[in-house]
Amino acid sequence: MTDKIDYISREKFLAELMRYKKGSVSRRHFLGVTGLGLATSVLGAALPGLRGAARAEGSIGDRVVLASWPNYHDPANFDAFTAKTGALVDLNVFGSNEEMLAKLQAGGTGWDVFVPTNYTISTYVELGLIEPLDMSKIPNYDAAAFDPRFAGPGTIDGKIYAVSKDWGTTGMGTNTSHTNGAPLTSWKEFWDITRAEFSGRTTVHDYQLTTIGNALKYYGYSFNSVDPKELADAEKLLLDVKPHLFAITSDYQPAMRNGDAWLCMCWTGDGKQLNRDMPEIQYTLGKEGGEIWSDFYAVPVGAPHRDAGYALINDLLDPMVNMAETLFHGQPVADSRVNAMLSAERLADPILYPAAELLNALEFGAAQTLTNPDRAELMARFKSA
Amino acid sequence: MLVLPLIVVFVFSFGARGPAGGYAPGFSLENFMNLGARWAAFKNTMVLAPVGTLACAVIAYPLAYFLALRVSAKRRTLLLILVIVPFWTSILIRSYAWIFILGGKGIPALIAWMGFGSIQLINTPFAVLVGIVYGYLPLMVFPIYVSLEQLDKRLLEASADLGCPPGRTFLSVTLPLSMPGVATGSMLVFILLMGEFLIPAMLGGGKVFFVGNALVDLFLQSRNWAFGSAVAVALVLIMLVTVTAYMRATRRWAGGRADVSLM
Repeated sequence: MTDKIDYISREKFLAELMRYKKGSVSRRHFLGVTGLGLATSVLGAALPGLRGAARAEGSIGDRVVLASWPNYHDPANFDAFTAKTGALVDLNVFGSNEEMLAKLQAGGTGWDVFVPTNYTISTYVELGLIEPLDMSKIPNYDAAAFDPRFAGPGTIDGKIYAVSKDWGTTGMGTNTSHTNGAPLTSWKEFWDITRAEFSGRTTVHDYQLTTIGNALKYYGYSFNSVDPKELADAEKLLLDVKPHLFAITSDYQPAMRNGDAWLCMCWTGDGKQLNRDMPEIQYTLGKEGGEIWSDFYAVPVGAPHRDAGYALINDLLDPMVNMAETLFHGQPVADSRVNAMLSAERLADPILYPAAELLNALEFGAAQTLTNPDRAELMARFKSA
Repeated sequence: MLVLPLIVVFVFSFGARGPAGGYAPGFSLENFMNLGARWAAFKNTMVLAPVGTLACAVIAYPLAYFLALRVSAKRRTLLLILVIVPFWTSILIRSYAWIFILGGKGIPALIAWMGFGSIQLINTPFAVLVGIVYGYLPLMVFPIYVSLEQLDKRLLEASADLGCPPGRTFLSVTLPLSMPGVATGSMLVFILLMGEFLIPAMLGGGKVFFVGNALVDLFLQSRNWAFGSAVAVALVLIMLVTVTAYMRATRRWAGGRADVSLM
């Protein structure tokens, strides 16, 4: 601080403003004497987003809205994108595909890019909610480099509607300091221990596909079942378990990290992130099976900052950027160009790449589960019980 | 403009769920027949909204009394500002703070450290109640404060001069005359609480469900707009009945007390 008073009083500011408006002083004098000029240049230097799009080549606008999932992107990559293009990334986080679909059906989301899962894409295309991608704007996508098992569901009737982001599994994260060091290995154990020693310590997803699917696995039914009798069994189990749950949430890392929850229904990346920071939390798959999934980038019809959306997808699919992403979020990617750069140790990580016999038991989500009214109502009843 | 959304909701409530979710036209009472499937949500709301309102009133009254009658004018302004300050931040942020305070590393850790065993506070009805009282307290404090502030102080002097002990003066003069403030504050808090969904979602962990949460789910997850509309219509009807009964009761009560005045 200087000892002289170097700010301007309100009266003085208004007087200067009037002088400026009447034209008796220049704009330069006004900005100088009020300090607004200095403030503007400091802000401009500190916040690249305020500098506007004029400096970005091709001018894609000053922002891009992305709808995605919790703990799913490296913020440093967004900062780099903003520095490169002038467009700020506005991230909205969701806990289920149903929530994303509901927003898109209601209209006016303002999203430019969103991250749907494999089994939802055909429905989005049927409902006319996403556009066939203009591949000339995504030169970083090289179809030949992507494993078709994971990139395939993005193509419908020969047209590419969505490009592969990453893939993974849905298993469970066990804090093994409460199980004498051994993680759980089956959905039967998961639901049984929740009603016994782990009462009040388990979280399940706020997501019909995985929560109902893994309850179905308790009985050995298909993860994707829409059979009314099998769903009734799953509902009975879920209602029985509900009083013993710590929470129903898709953002379970905070509770696992601070020790409130000991067991969570868990996606690969969260399992990896938790295990990296707290080795006692181990990620395992249920031996009965469960979900294998792949996620995509797609552009909703009527995206307000469409060019910026395409620029963001293209940037995130740059193999160098995508490598930083996978190292951050801990999900495997389907791009062989990225995998070629990863260490052998990483590619042998059992959290990311489970053993073949475990993988073979897994199922991809089926499109019918997204729109099936019985599963939707079952989940809603379970939550409101 | 005001009633248009209500008409839409009313019409939707007789329709059906679209094939991929949303709304399909139709006419049946099926949605209303299914309301029982949300009984727990209605029950939670109809228990925690009145209890929360009562808790707010019980805590707000002494605070408002202190502010209006026991504090110098200069400090009063400062204290009133302090009551408003939390309103400057979103309830979302403040609820997050409560997640940490009530979570395993917060108050329960302190209680365990003092040797009282382990308890779970977060994701319980108690946590939701704490969030409700915290979030809605200012809405209760201000109406009560205003009614106490406007209270004719000469009435209190008169009561004392005529030999009435302070406790009795409070019960038979101050309290009855400030009841309109309590009634206004309670109405305000109660109506807002009946539609609350954010606090139960954040501090209830998806386990303490309000009708508001059931509505969010029906519109934003399971996409059953028709059933969602029926739930909303049912909630509006319940509010209409409760609020009318409440207004009748307070009016009758106020009518019986109309003689309390200096003039």
